[in-house]
Amino acid sequence: MVSFTLNGRQVSVDAAANTPLLWVIRDHVGLTGTKYGCGAGLCGACTVHLDGKAVRSCQTQVSEVTNKTVVTIEGLSPNASHPLQKAWVALEVPQCGYCQSGQIMKAAELLASTPKPDRAQIVAHMDGNICRCGTYHRIIAAVEQASREG
Amino acid sequence: MTIAIKGSQKTSQVSRRSVLAGLGGMTFCLAFGSDGASLLSEAQANTMANAQVTPWVRISPEGTVTILSAGAEMGQGSMTNLPMILAEEMDADWSKVAIEMAPADAGVYGYMMNDSPRMMMIVGSRATMYYYADLRLAGAQVRKVLLMNAAEKWGVDVSMLRTEPGVVINPGNGQRLTYGEIAAFGKVPSELPKVDAKELKARKDWRLIGKGVPRRDMAAKSNGTAVFGLDIKLPGMVYATTLHSPVHNAAPESWNDAAIKAMPGIIATVQLANGVAVVADRFERALAARDALKVVWKKGLASGFNSEEALNRDYAKIHHDPNTKSESVHAAGDAKAAFASAAKVYTAEFHSDYGYHAQMEPLNAVARFNDAGDAIEIWEGTQAPDIARTAVAKALGFKEEQVTHHQCYIGGGFGRRNGGDEAVEAAHIARAVRRPVKLIWTRTEDLAQGRFRPQSFQCLEAATDASGKVTGWKHCVIGDGGNMLLTGGMRIAYYGVPNQSLELRGVSHGVQIKHWRAVAHVFNVFAIESFIDQMAVDANMDPIQFRFERMGATPKARACFETVARMCDWKAPRPAGRAIGISISERSGSLGAGVVEISVDRTSGKIKVHKVWVAADGGIIVSPGPAKANVESAIIYGLSGVLHERVTLKDGVVEQTNFHDYSLMRMSDLPDEMHVQFVDVETRPTGLGEIGNPFIAAAVSNAFHRLTGKRLRHLPFTPERVLETLKT
Repeated sequence: MVSFTLNGRQVSVDAAANTPLLWVIRDHVGLTGTKYGCGAGLCGACTVHLDGKAVRSCQTQVSEVTNKTVVTIEGLSPNASHPLQKAWVALEVPQCGYCQSGQIMKAAELLASTPKPDRAQIVAHMDGNICRCGTYHRIIAAVEQASREG
Repeated sequence: MTIAIKGSQKTSQVSRRSVLAGLGGMTFCLAFGSDGASLLSEAQANTMANAQVTPWVRISPEGTVTILSAGAEMGQGSMTNLPMILAEEMDADWSKVAIEMAPADAGVYGYMMNDSPRMMMIVGSRATMYYYADLRLAGAQVRKVLLMNAAEKWGVDVSMLRTEPGVVINPGNGQRLTYGEIAAFGKVPSELPKVDAKELKARKDWRLIGKGVPRRDMAAKSNGTAVFGLDIKLPGMVYATTLHSPVHNAAPESWNDAAIKAMPGIIATVQLANGVAVVADRFERALAARDALKVVWKKGLASGFNSEEALNRDYAKIHHDPNTKSESVHAAGDAKAAFASAAKVYTAEFHSDYGYHAQMEPLNAVARFNDAGDAIEIWEGTQAPDIARTAVAKALGFKEEQVTHHQCYIGGGFGRRNGGDEAVEAAHIARAVRRPVKLIWTRTEDLAQGRFRPQSFQCLEAATDASGKVTGWKHCVIGDGGNMLLTGGMRIAYYGVPNQSLELRGVSHGVQIKHWRAVAHVFNVFAIESFIDQMAVDANMDPIQFRFERMGATPKARACFETVARMCDWKAPRPAGRAIGISISERSGSLGAGVVEISVDRTSGKIKVHKVWVAADGGIIVSPGPAKANVESAIIYGLSGVLHERVTLKDGVVEQTNFHDYSLMRMSDLPDEMHVQFVDVETRPTGLGEIGNPFIAAAVSNAFHRLTGKRLRHLPFTPERVLETLKT
């Protein structure tokens, strides 16, 4: 059994130590907002926070999160009230939407450490997250809006 | 305001009659005849031979208007768009409209394209274009019934009444009845009133169409609750993944079955026509088993195929061999005579590599049989629920009625998700293991088993007369995929070249190929518009002027060129080290001209696109926000393909395996500016999902020529190719 805190709740799962956190979150616990994109740490669709740091849950073994704190898109804010989530809706950022949980989690890490990032900082921080629908410019605009209004 | 999408209630079965399962109210069903769509009363619908006639609109006594949407939602906004069109003519209060996804029943919910049978497949930007007219008429019919009921209740002539959103009003005495109030007592006549196109709202009276209604899927896609096929979970469900033959469509001969089955959690292995599925109690265990699979494969058609050799050597040979079989794509006038009498003849050749869709959600599907084993449910996000349903029925030896398809949100389509392959696989596996199964392809599998935009070779020839006008035009395309995948974009109807001969010479490699956002337009428009630029340079003319004066651009094309020229201040000088290029493309009835401003790093060979301007004529713009977002998306998709993406095969096997060696556009590649404008016209809506894509290769290549004097002739323009071209 591996125990950790997930979105403020203590969870214990019966998974092998090397099980990717992604599948623990999605299948063992049942929170499906975190997505599978590449399984190799190349696209960022599976991004979650581990003790406040954005990590690729497909590249994180569940044993690494023992007694640590994991936050997913479902736990980012009560009622999707995070300034980023509000900006995402207001600016209609998502298209297919599949990568957007990962995008928001990655952006939330940035705003936590750099509340007023400039465009270059946003791009440098977000460059590992692929959006195949090409919503990058709207992601930048939404991060900027959230940083102004957050 | 609620949105229910089938599959969003993960374990419940939303019946096809869920819309009817309310407490009273008025229900309008839909049936299609040879003269187009017509709404029916529920009573009438139930007397029809097809007892499956399904509801389209329901108004509850509480005032909620539920409208089914046939717009498969892959990011383009159709899920919201289509019900909005109906709501407009119905004069519904949009805040009270709930949207549900329509069942996979093309006979009822499909659109009609030309004379083909109805279909639901959303490809080629068809949703708004083909549903627009039918949905407006249906909405107007619903409104008419509401008006008739109010008139009868008040004992007045129906012509005295009018509507405001969600309310019937008698202007004479100020009486009002909400649609919900009418639904509580109203009757839907067994024969619905006819609506003439002349009775539809005038454009100036629109409250929703063209007004920027927010998409309904934004909140769910920002808080993790949007349900994709990947997210479905059923009681007792097990997990599967597959290893397909590395050479496409080769059968497995044998594999290390005992070793696999001894692994933890493995429930079964299942032989597929072209692969092996492993089934486990947990997905991570299925993944581990897939990694451990050792399969001996039979030979496939593509065994030994080397894509670069074929493209760079064989295709040109085929073109120069007068004995190869050629198929005419289009002919006009007398091309032979035009070339025979030409003052000057131009010729140019272009190449394009295979492309992979790289939709962010790898293929997946969930399948569950009933206890008797004579009915199956499928959950997945697909561009073509009707095709998936038919394919599953055929694969299982079922009738279509035995297959229920639950549409989910689609994590990217781009032409990949409309063949039903993943649904059929899930069905086979579920039948073999007699349990509900979720099948997920790994990314590596999704890439190796891709259905690619075909590689191709283009040869263009043009003849000009003494005045310099282009009078003759020949375009030969060589590749795999026939008319369906190779000839799109060849017809240059937006120009006035009188004598044309367009031909196709086919090859066959046994590699899986398919539609890819605008498919053949990508390589054909690249060739056409680069070639025209080459002639403009030779004539020492402005490229836009050349297209107007020497190519006979149509008024519609001129409007696009003139608009984009204004947008980008065409004649203005550019910063040092930068240049602009222009191009135009037709796609799905729309026309779009675009300009890019680029620079080139001559050390690394990297092209940077700084600015993009697009002016598109897409007819009436039904939903301005998503329309613009679609064009922006296609610009990025197009640029990604132009600058980065290539699939190659060696010995019949795809060489790329994931996003480290199949590179996609990332945020740091993003142009600094993108400007999209629609030409204001009154014509019917046409497709906008792909108009931003095909123009861009030639625009970049033409800008590159202006900057360097060299011409890029092989897609994609990778840094290696750029450096090679600079050396020539």
